[in-house]
Amino acid sequence: MAAVQETVDRVKSIDVSEYKYGFFSDIESEKAPKGLNEDIVRFISAKKNEPDWLTQWRLGAFRRWLTMAEPTWARVDFPKIDYQDLYYYSAPKTAAGPKSLDEVDPELLKVYAKLGIPLGEQEILAGVAPERRVAVDAVFDSVSVVTTFKDELAKAGVIFCPISEAVHTHPELVQKYLGSVVPTTDNYFATLNSAVFSDGSFVYIPPGVRCPMELSTYFRINEQNTGQFERTLIIADKGSYVSYLEGCTAPKRDENQLHAAVVELVTHEDAEIKYSTVQNWYPGDSEGKGGIFNFVTKRGDCRGARSKISWTQVETGSAITWKYPSCILRGDESRGEFYSIAISNGRQQVDSGTKMIHLGKNTTSRIISKGISAGKSQNTYRGQVSSHRKATGARNFTNCDSLLIGNSCGAHTVPYIESRNTSTQFEHEATTSKISDDQLFYCMQRGLSAEEATALIVNGFVRDVLQQLPMEFAVEAQKLIAISLEGSVG
Amino acid sequence: MSAPMTPPRTLAEAALAEAFDAALPGLPGGPDARKLRETSFSKFYDAGLPHRRIEAWHYTDLRALMRTAAPLAEAPSADSLAALREKLAASAPGCRLVVVDGVFVAQLSDPAPEGVVIQSLASVLAAGRPDLIALLAAQEFGGADTIVSLNAALMQDGVVIEVAPGAVVAEPIRIIYASTACEPRASYARSALIVGAGASMRLIEEDFGAQAAQTNRCLIVSVGDEAACDHIVSMTGMGRSSLRIESMIVRLGARVKFKSFGLIGDGGVVRRQIFMRFDGADSEGTLSGVSLLRGREHADTTLLVEHAGTGCAGRETFKYVLDEEAVGVFQGKITVEKEAQKTDGRMMSKALLLSDGVAMNNKPELEIFADDVACGHGATCGGLDENQLFYLQTRGLPFAEAEALLLEAFAADLVDELLDEATGAELREKIVCWLSARGAAPAAGDAP
Repeated sequence: MAAVQETVDRVKSIDVSEYKYGFFSDIESEKAPKGLNEDIVRFISAKKNEPDWLTQWRLGAFRRWLTMAEPTWARVDFPKIDYQDLYYYSAPKTAAGPKSLDEVDPELLKVYAKLGIPLGEQEILAGVAPERRVAVDAVFDSVSVVTTFKDELAKAGVIFCPISEAVHTHPELVQKYLGSVVPTTDNYFATLNSAVFSDGSFVYIPPGVRCPMELSTYFRINEQNTGQFERTLIIADKGSYVSYLEGCTAPKRDENQLHAAVVELVTHEDAEIKYSTVQNWYPGDSEGKGGIFNFVTKRGDCRGARSKISWTQVETGSAITWKYPSCILRGDESRGEFYSIAISNGRQQVDSGTKMIHLGKNTTSRIISKGISAGKSQNTYRGQVSSHRKATGARNFTNCDSLLIGNSCGAHTVPYIESRNTSTQFEHEATTSKISDDQLFYCMQRGLSAEEATALIVNGFVRDVLQQLPMEFAVEAQKLIAISLEGSVG
Repeated sequence: MSAPMTPPRTLAEAALAEAFDAALPGLPGGPDARKLRETSFSKFYDAGLPHRRIEAWHYTDLRALMRTAAPLAEAPSADSLAALREKLAASAPGCRLVVVDGVFVAQLSDPAPEGVVIQSLASVLAAGRPDLIALLAAQEFGGADTIVSLNAALMQDGVVIEVAPGAVVAEPIRIIYASTACEPRASYARSALIVGAGASMRLIEEDFGAQAAQTNRCLIVSVGDEAACDHIVSMTGMGRSSLRIESMIVRLGARVKFKSFGLIGDGGVVRRQIFMRFDGADSEGTLSGVSLLRGREHADTTLLVEHAGTGCAGRETFKYVLDEEAVGVFQGKITVEKEAQKTDGRMMSKALLLSDGVAMNNKPELEIFADDVACGHGATCGGLDENQLFYLQTRGLPFAEAEALLLEAFAADLVDELLDEATGAELREKIVCWLSARGAAPAAGDAP
């Protein structure tokens, strides 16, 4: 029984510390003064040496933000955030644009080595490390510290760089697409992000190019009382393909930290973007102290015919998750996919789901969401599927399953399904249950402990989604699932 | 941040406030009832008519759909009652209770069968039996809804049916709603059904002829331990410019068998809301309904099913057939409290869309705090299956007949599944009647 052995090994290998990325690195940093006002917005813009249109764009967003109220409809409960008590910009001091890895602060590299993120291009190229190559953009607090494999990507015509750099090197692309999917007026957190976003990744795949390697961004919040506001923009031009991975961690702290990101994806005709996330921000301790408030707006726009956007997410971290990666299916025959595993333990609160907006003809979408709640956590799936009157032939299949472990947690499902024409076919199914006693008994009778049996069954429960993840993420995700659920049995 | 804004009052809200002030002295009940009316009205008025920002009313925006408030219906005259008596003579079997324009009319009604006490709401409010008043006030569960509050404020009359413990009532009790008003009027009836422990009974509510232009009815049901109760409501007597809100608040004891079926057809704006709570253990509750909509009709079914007792089974199945420019809404929320282990909850909504002008909005919700449960919901919407249509046509059926056959099969199977033969046949006939009239001239009662 190889599968069982694998589970046993994995359970054994789990660290005793529940959150192993919780270390803090003492790296000298430069911060903007605390608080938020137009000067801070200008300060951030000036730091990045941004053109005037972008400064004005930020200021417009900031003024709009002042008129908005924090949304309260999600099923999450958290103390009021004092937006004036945060640092909106923090950068490691040595990060004045390193030309190559050699110039990067070795302390920083150590952090990433500790996190298991391969920044060592040479090693990989020299064949020391495993052959699979991933280009990484590492974002540390408010700035991108290094982007690997830039040259090789450039040969294929792929642009992969920090967005602060893209503003200067490819202003026409940034100006054309920034805010075109998530407008500055979209929602409270997206508007805040538009005003103060510091860095993030920019990806452009030219027509007909299949990106030669997987692209990846690794986000790390290090500083105390710092908000992280990254902005990611990915454009896949006609007939191109890219797979993009995103990972995130933060040190253990007693205070809550704010993370409000915006991700915009655009696919043109026949293009495809596969976007995978393993979100592992610090979730707070078992009593709910500390942890990241994760308020993220992610949206993809399938502009061209036959284009495709696929979101895959594994959500294990954050004290509060407020996140709805969505697809606007504008092009005819375009396709949206959403695969999600959301695990909550301790006092975590997750309110996550997706939106599939069918506008073009014969558009299809698929939603597979697996929620697992344990401890005293609350886990909500909130999703919307809608078809426009002209979206003939729209099809959707939604499946959300929730699993409850223990009797102090909650699992909730709130789907909105709105259909406007006869040729639309929407199917939705949702179930909530606990791990079947029969299954547990069977596994334990075969010699597994309760914890091992639970891990095995949970892995089976989320398999549909794990299969969608790129290889190395799938392995990491499986480990994460086991760690996240540690201590929830028995 | 600025203080929460009070939206400007709509014409309908202002008219309702005026109507309430004018009607209050004449509405039945003593000082307690008056107090209940006043607090209920201020609850309604503070919140205003529910609109799309209110989650439970997201798809049925009453601020937009209820432009005016019709004046309260007057008590029916002796002449109109006499005319009604003749028309009613040939109605279906069972113990008949007649409510005209929101007022219970004893002289048109049958005497109560054995084991059952029937009173008018007005007499109950006047007598002031505290347990009944508390039940009728329905302050805790379901009572938070603003429209239920409005009903409590303005309730004109209704029927209070008490079934004695252990009584087995063979013939159905039939509440017949009629209206004699010629002008557009509003009626607010509130009724209660109390089924004693171990009793069994069947309640049918149906429309007789045209109804008041705006009706807001509320039925409060309490089913005792080990009792069995079937409830059927047929809402088919409304004009297309009517507005109808039907609320039902149900509390179930232990080991109860409760079934409720509703048929909605030929209305303007209809909202059927059911609040059902499993208080006891091991009960079975089944809610179902069929909505047949065409023209610019709007029908909303909203459920809140709360599981508080252990081991209860809830089954909710609702079907919609939408044609022309109709709008269908289904919102169903199952909540399972922490103590309600071993809950088995299943909810299903199916909609058949026959024309590109229609809209169907589904929002099935699960809210679960207990771990040892099996809960699920499903929602589908789509057009008729072309393969099935094609198959029937290859068998020699013309297109229209094939379509009618499939529609009947879709809409009527719930009736066969859930109801006894006699009531099932009655409802089936209504469904077939609607289907055969599909596409024909608009039904009567279409005057604005």
